[in-house]
Amino acid sequence: MTTTHTQDPVLHLEQVSRVHGQGAAEVHALREVDLRVHPGELVAVMGPSGSGKSTLLTLAGGLDAPSSGRVLVEGTVLGELSRKKLAAVRRRSVGYVFQDYNLIPALTAAENIALPRELDGVSARAARREALAALDELGIADLADRFPDDMSGGQQQRVAIARALIGERRLVLADEPTGALDSTTGETVLAVLRARCDAGAAAMMVTHEPRHAAWADRVVFLRDGRLVDETANTDAASLLVAAATNSAKGGEK
Amino acid sequence: MSIRHGLLALLDQGPRYGYQLRTEFEARTGATWPLNVGQVYTTLGRLERDGLIAPAGEDDEGHLFYAVTEEGRAELRRWFDTPVPRTNPPRDELAIKLAMAVTVPGVDVALVLQAQRRHSMQALQDYTRLKGRALAADTGAGSDLAWLLVVEQLIFQAEAEIRWLDHCETRLARHAERAQTAPPQPADPTGGPTEAATARRPRRSRIR
Repeated sequence: MTTTHTQDPVLHLEQVSRVHGQGAAEVHALREVDLRVHPGELVAVMGPSGSGKSTLLTLAGGLDAPSSGRVLVEGTVLGELSRKKLAAVRRRSVGYVFQDYNLIPALTAAENIALPRELDGVSARAARREALAALDELGIADLADRFPDDMSGGQQQRVAIARALIGERRLVLADEPTGALDSTTGETVLAVLRARCDAGAAAMMVTHEPRHAAWADRVVFLRDGRLVDETANTDAASLLVAAATNSAKGGEK
Repeated sequence: MSIRHGLLALLDQGPRYGYQLRTEFEARTGATWPLNVGQVYTTLGRLERDGLIAPAGEDDEGHLFYAVTEEGRAELRRWFDTPVPRTNPPRDELAIKLAMAVTVPGVDVALVLQAQRRHSMQALQDYTRLKGRALAADTGAGSDLAWLLVVEQLIFQAEAEIRWLDHCETRLARHAERAQTAPPQPADPTGGPTEAATARRPRRSRIR
């Protein structure tokens, strides 16, 4: 992205590496990754399977620790926090949409979504109000009192997304958030993510769908654990003019 | 792209003059394929020569109007009723480039693929933003719908291209694996095919 960011990044990965195993069995899941995600920015991560996409997300969310390098969320180095403080950052600042939805079967949709807020000390009534608003934003207000087992995969996925977006999450991390969704519902989810970013949140999304990655401000490409390339923001209007000039040069078919 | 039939379709909705045709054409295609007025008048000249349109008078400002003829209407029907032929696929520069890249020694195909992927992904991001704007500005008018369809076509094409590039990479990796594990070929006395096979083997990815 050519824009100069005046604000500090919400997520900052500094020379982050992650090695699994030892000796001959050593696997470098990530190698010296530098990445900043600024307020208002939606970054898509693409790459073949095994390129380190999911590792990148778990490290960014503090669910795993780097072998070397630092992960900063809103300026806080995650590796320097006590377990308790890290849990609080994960709960308050980071919204995480997993590939599997991790909904608690014994709780309704609204209760699942409200849970992290209640753990933060928000009153049950206020948490439920926030949960209902999040459900509404995703167009599934009618699912509030349903249990995960009574929902389709796509519905569960949207509930999981609502849970990731509730409250003042400054950083949203999403692993294939549109996986189980049909294309229309997938677009709804992307529109919600996009709107969150336009309102100032930062988001990083792993996807293998080019059409979904296209909603991002920036697409970064991972390969063998390294960031090898990224797209830059261009002006859409100028692109069309360029395309037209090219086709004019080629003449009419 | 058929300007000819595009103009016929617009004239089918009533007589129009050159500049007006250009404006209406671009409103429907969001200036994806801008027309210059010269192209419009040349095409109108040919349509008139072929008896598909006829002059339909002038207005006070001197604009020369054209109207579609019966023959023109029949030609337009034929156009709508006939699929756009795919029997002669248009030459695709990218396909040609990759076909050459895998056979020309010294070309890093992985780099060619990634450079194209970045470029096409960026285009896809831009088209997606254009679509967002088109959706926000949609008044329900026919020309808004037409532009949405056009921008979505750009999106689908860019997406297909990126998927194909991903596939090319898989295909190359598979090819490289086979080249490594395949037993050595018996020597060909002419030397020809063996040499060609060596040249065709892609180098390993240098994207790191």
